[in-house]
Amino acid sequence: MNKETVVVAMSGGVDSSVAAALLQEQGYNVIGVTMSLWDYDRVGGNLNMDSGCCSLDTLDDARCVSSNLGIPYYVVNFREEFEAAVSDNFIFEYLDGRTPNPCVRCNTYIKWGVLLKKAEELGADKIATGHYARVGFDESQGRFVLRRGIDNRKDQSYALWGIRQQGLAQTLFPAGEYTKPEIRDIARKIGLKTAEKQESQEICFIPDNDYSRYLKKQRPDLQALADGEIIDQQNNVIGRHKGFPFYTIGQRKGLGLSVPDPVYVTEIDAGANRVKVGFQKDLEHCGLIADNVNWVSFSPPTRPMQVQAKIRYNSPPEPALLTVQDDNAVKITFDRPQRAVTSGQSVVFYQDDLVVGGAVIQKALKAA
Amino acid sequence: MSEITKRIYLDHSATTPVDERALAAMLPFFTQTYGNATSIHSFGQEAKVALENARRKIAAVIGATPGEIIFTAGGTESNNWAIKGAALHYGDQKKHIITATTEHHAVLHTCRFLEKQGFNISFARVDEHGAVDPERISAMLRDDTFLISIMHANNEVGTINPIVEIAQIAHDKGILFHTDAVQSYGKIPIDVGVAPIDLLSISAHKIYGPKGIGALYMRQGTKIAKFLHGGRHERDRRAGTENIAAAVGFGAATEISHDKTFEGNDLRHLRDLLQAKILAGISGVRVNGHPENRLPNLLNLSIEGVESDSLLLSLDLKGIAVSNGSACTSGTIEPSHVLQAMGVRKDLAKSALRFSFGRQNCLAEVDACVEALIEIVTRLRKFKKRRDSA
Repeated sequence: MNKETVVVAMSGGVDSSVAAALLQEQGYNVIGVTMSLWDYDRVGGNLNMDSGCCSLDTLDDARCVSSNLGIPYYVVNFREEFEAAVSDNFIFEYLDGRTPNPCVRCNTYIKWGVLLKKAEELGADKIATGHYARVGFDESQGRFVLRRGIDNRKDQSYALWGIRQQGLAQTLFPAGEYTKPEIRDIARKIGLKTAEKQESQEICFIPDNDYSRYLKKQRPDLQALADGEIIDQQNNVIGRHKGFPFYTIGQRKGLGLSVPDPVYVTEIDAGANRVKVGFQKDLEHCGLIADNVNWVSFSPPTRPMQVQAKIRYNSPPEPALLTVQDDNAVKITFDRPQRAVTSGQSVVFYQDDLVVGGAVIQKALKAA
Repeated sequence: MSEITKRIYLDHSATTPVDERALAAMLPFFTQTYGNATSIHSFGQEAKVALENARRKIAAVIGATPGEIIFTAGGTESNNWAIKGAALHYGDQKKHIITATTEHHAVLHTCRFLEKQGFNISFARVDEHGAVDPERISAMLRDDTFLISIMHANNEVGTINPIVEIAQIAHDKGILFHTDAVQSYGKIPIDVGVAPIDLLSISAHKIYGPKGIGALYMRQGTKIAKFLHGGRHERDRRAGTENIAAAVGFGAATEISHDKTFEGNDLRHLRDLLQAKILAGISGVRVNGHPENRLPNLLNLSIEGVESDSLLLSLDLKGIAVSNGSACTSGTIEPSHVLQAMGVRKDLAKSALRFSFGRQNCLAEVDACVEALIEIVTRLRKFKKRRDSA
């Protein structure tokens, strides 16, 4: 049998641990790798030195699992690359009044960039992760395709839209063929110590989930643009904000306004240092413009295409019409208006379980 | 995953296996002669005798008296104690310490800690080979300098510092001189009778002794503060029940490594051969460290156009263990502070590898290592070329 070598990105969690075990069972030469992407000294917000993605505890878990599987295991240092491609961008995006999606960038530039390169250097043919997604090959198109994971609730294809064809050709997602409970069962069956481990937090380099605290630590100069005006839909000044980067579209709490009906952030104008608020109806968007498109499972469509568009990690895909624009951009028109389309977030377009492609939201289009 | 059945260990600067003879000497002290060396009864006395025998062996090879050798938990403790102990003793009147940029982290980070406590530290720069110039040390002296700490041989590149001259400079000014001799002990001669060294750190596991034991040589009359307080062990200088088995192992390993001549000559031959074969087989290789004046068993080199971790991990996948100099707790590779201090170009500092030979290595392993390295470098450079042209 032709034994392919695969580098598995191991976070220390149950999904990537089982991914490594499954690949080994399937006959691959498996090398476990944990990426060191940041350190607590730089990011701050350490709740507990023993937790979090890049803590020593995590490394020990991954090392222990690798040792039990009898596979080589290494920690690779991608901190500089991560800072340049992910965490710096995270800051810039907020300073631009947008809400970034660091996991997408980490997948696109770190895992399917730097890690893939490192894997090749170690003589590996492929890389694998514990993501709940599936890769296939469509003979009729001669194209690699990306599908949602079998487990609809756990599907992570949303964060993977940035992978190019060459990357997909070198990718394995063993966990995508299973449901999360099945993955835990496998972990227990083979005695992985990570079987019962909790899900990891949302943004790994912000361990306390307080992005405002993170922004202030990374950019002490942010104090300078401390406050500004909060305006209503008619541009009347109705309050003060504490620095626009600390607000997100759709936010209701913490606005410090005394108004009878609930109001929400509807726009962030970085240039004017203003935060606009409105009612629920003012948050409704009929569509969006997104750029930096990556066409995943299909080549760019020449005619408008019916898709299901997913505008954030936690929202379900919604029926929409996709139209290709100039400059590697797309326009998405929802069948039903959507709440709080947020620039900086990814929009991923699906056709059933196929990821058609993805892009970064530039502009929300107001419902007429 | 690899076909290699026998692994090759070329990382003896990191640690060594315990010599079988040292191990045999240690074993009775776990289950038979287990007394506490400070106990008055016969059990204690047996342990005490073994402890003092070990101490004598170590004192003998560096020209010290047994009373000047104090066992510690290792090189790091010895370095910490020497420096912090001196600072605690002199801190009321004097605030200045001189060390070098290429020191081991056990010295550098200790000095950084003291800096935060209000001490002033001067970090002497080194030349392109990583050596400290005694004149530079002279130029840094201040009225309130109380300690000069300069390593004997560097752990990453092997360069040997002129510590006799530097010790003399310190001695002439009545300043304490400490040297971290962890890498040189057992490999090149050290004689505290010749050099006016006041404090010297050594460790057992670099010379085929057990981990977890080291020693601090403290010249008679040297005054530094205690580091560990408690019982009156080690002549009331270092509290804590003595690790008899480890001390015996350290003593035995010391005797073996100083038996006949230094084994450096055999290792030098393997090292020189490896260097010559790599230079002949791979283009764009630069040897780091002093060409002659370096540890005989160590080779540090940079290979243009490839990253050390890719080299190191690829070699490991083939069963060949080398190092890139230093690693942090998580096992990630950081650019070497030593190579940076030597002014090595950043890309070359990031493509450095350290090979360090030990007494179990043989010629066939040199050939296997060179063969593997050529294959890996060729592959990595091919990838780089493809990426650069893409």
